[in-house]
Amino acid sequence: MKRLMAIWFPHLLAEGMLRRRPHLKDTLFVVAASDHGRMRITAACPAAQKQGIFVGMAVADARALVANVQVLDDEPQLPLQLLTGLGHWCIRYTPVAATDLPDGLLLDISGCAHLWGGEEKYAADIQNRLKGFGYTTRIAIAGTIGAAWALTRYGKQPIAVASFDEERAALLSLPPAALRLKLVTVERLQKLGLYTIGHFINMGRSILRRRFGTGLLDRMDQAFGWKDEPLIPLQPIEPFRERLPCLEPIVTRSGIEIALQQLLNALCERLVKEGKGIRKAVFKTYRVDGEAQQIEIGTHLPSQQPIHLFKLFELKIDQIAPALGIELFVLEALNVEKARSSQEALWHNSTVNDTRLAQLLDQLTGKLGKGIVHRYLPEEHYWPERSFREAKELGEQPTTTWHKDRPRPVRLLSVPEPVEVAAPIPDYPPMHFRHKGKLHTIKKADGPERIEQEWWLQEGEHRDYYIVEDEIGERYWLFRLGHYTGDNPHQWYLHGFFS
Amino acid sequence: MDGVQKDIVARLQQDILRLQGQRPANDPLAGKVELGPVLDAFPQQVFPTGAVHEYISGSPAATAATSGFIASILGSLMQNGGSCVWIGPEKIIFPPGLKAFGIEPDRVLFIHLKKEKDICWAMETALQVEGLAGVVSELPDLNFTVSRRLQLAVEKSGVTGFVLRQQPRKLHPTACVGRWQISSLASYHPDEMPGIGFPCWNVELQKIRGGKPGSWQLVWMDGHFLALPDTSLISSQTLLRKIG
Repeated sequence: MKRLMAIWFPHLLAEGMLRRRPHLKDTLFVVAASDHGRMRITAACPAAQKQGIFVGMAVADARALVANVQVLDDEPQLPLQLLTGLGHWCIRYTPVAATDLPDGLLLDISGCAHLWGGEEKYAADIQNRLKGFGYTTRIAIAGTIGAAWALTRYGKQPIAVASFDEERAALLSLPPAALRLKLVTVERLQKLGLYTIGHFINMGRSILRRRFGTGLLDRMDQAFGWKDEPLIPLQPIEPFRERLPCLEPIVTRSGIEIALQQLLNALCERLVKEGKGIRKAVFKTYRVDGEAQQIEIGTHLPSQQPIHLFKLFELKIDQIAPALGIELFVLEALNVEKARSSQEALWHNSTVNDTRLAQLLDQLTGKLGKGIVHRYLPEEHYWPERSFREAKELGEQPTTTWHKDRPRPVRLLSVPEPVEVAAPIPDYPPMHFRHKGKLHTIKKADGPERIEQEWWLQEGEHRDYYIVEDEIGERYWLFRLGHYTGDNPHQWYLHGFFS
Repeated sequence: MDGVQKDIVARLQQDILRLQGQRPANDPLAGKVELGPVLDAFPQQVFPTGAVHEYISGSPAATAATSGFIASILGSLMQNGGSCVWIGPEKIIFPPGLKAFGIEPDRVLFIHLKKEKDICWAMETALQVEGLAGVVSELPDLNFTVSRRLQLAVEKSGVTGFVLRQQPRKLHPTACVGRWQISSLASYHPDEMPGIGFPCWNVELQKIRGGKPGSWQLVWMDGHFLALPDTSLISSQTLLRKIG
């Protein structure tokens, strides 16, 4: 059976403003927006309301009542912002929370309340917490969204918990506006003397439809549970998620570690059953003072091993500041992939266990940052910079073979460095070259090996490569850029070092 | 010394090596590395795998020679399908160039790190992974504490570590099993052909635990190390050009 909770914030805007500007605590203030050329009040603090200021009053009238009232500008987006924030905060109580503009929240609490020892205690806990944040609330729990909504706005108690039977009786005594109707419909109902829902609930549906439109019937059906009403949660439900609420706030590192281990064990057990592994996971902690912190990890191969995942998180636990204590831990797998079977080797007949290798890479990237690990695969290009490319995945296999028919240096400068060269005739290898102020006399040379630019990839001149060996036996890879034209000297570059 | 005494001495030498953290010669990777005449310098004529070696080099070209020498050792360690990790400050190793030393370049994981402290940590972590053929790191300065930590890591996992020290500021004593210095020699061709021949190196083993340091001139030919024949040292001084 579904149980739904509605939370109403009667002074959402005023209290939200107060929370943002704590210095207004002891002053009377109203929030006003321009409406047809004059300032109209959209929200007033409770103290101002006691003085007779009400929503919809003109600011000039309010000033006449209370001279020192402070007027704040309205922010139309504020209610949505506040409600979204509060909705996210409510995820500690239930995974499904939705905003209900302009001033409420809706939670699907099916199967959650027993963790707090019953629906009354659950609702009281939420109300107390929100009160701690400075919000006045009215809360109702019922079997449908409509009933819960009606009980918050028109019920008598600040917390109303209606069981399936009570719900109907309670609804019947409420005014028609409790059905979330349009103002026109409400006025028409009142004009006809239908002051409570009970007055017209037993009338024929065709009569009601003819006089009040289908809107009334829909709302009635939704409130009494004859028609389903979907809830659009703020956060789509993540399938791989584990929660651990704590009785006492956790303040120590070992406490956090124990919580993390428990969550990982639970999550990995489920992953093993479904044959999946984590690629990316986030560990969230909710603090007593409402602050949420999170640490994130990523892996190179899908992993379902709690010990390894724990090691990755362990490097980042320092980033969590428990302050007064953490009361809820949530572990969520953001990215889950099919786990590789242990038979599938990364490289055919490899001595190293790939899981162990992937774990090493996870450890390295986890501590030292992403993008430090590179693996290269061969490409069918002669141009040295393009003869290899970076592998996208750890398990990616080369599509072509590495060539060894041409000698290639073992170390290659990423940017060729210009050198001064003396060559006897234009297409001869040089006699000597000067690099970083040091003169190298060439004793042996091989070449040229001409490598053309691939014009379909990049414009530019070709390179004539020479392997040269100097007087002490050090071997270099030099190249001359472009054709010999006769008038201007060639530019030579040092590109690599042979072993 | 008669036979019985020789046996006792050999056994005691083995025991000492084990106490010093070196692996006995029955390791699966032992004996794979064929360094030609250099092998005589090692205890039991076997290149010490599962240990950390340091290589000193002075110039970029000497570093290239050292990289080649390390790559040739790694190539033989990777023969039965291992993979290795190469940690350095920037992208400078040219993967296709490793193929000549018997390495499949796609089996090498390059890790680019700027800070020396991070390189030390990464190397230590990588050395703990059993089954890796080798871990190379380009780290100019290596102090005793770091080298000791690396040595402790390899004693457990049996991975061979190589520290390439380009232009070190100071040469402290370290816990590494061997200290090498490789420099290039004029290339060699058995038939005195013009152009560049097979790479030759002057391999200087300055320190080796339980062995005899020495200096050799080697040529890397067809995937093997050979002693450089003396005749090639008198190379022709004239500029030769391969007719292409």
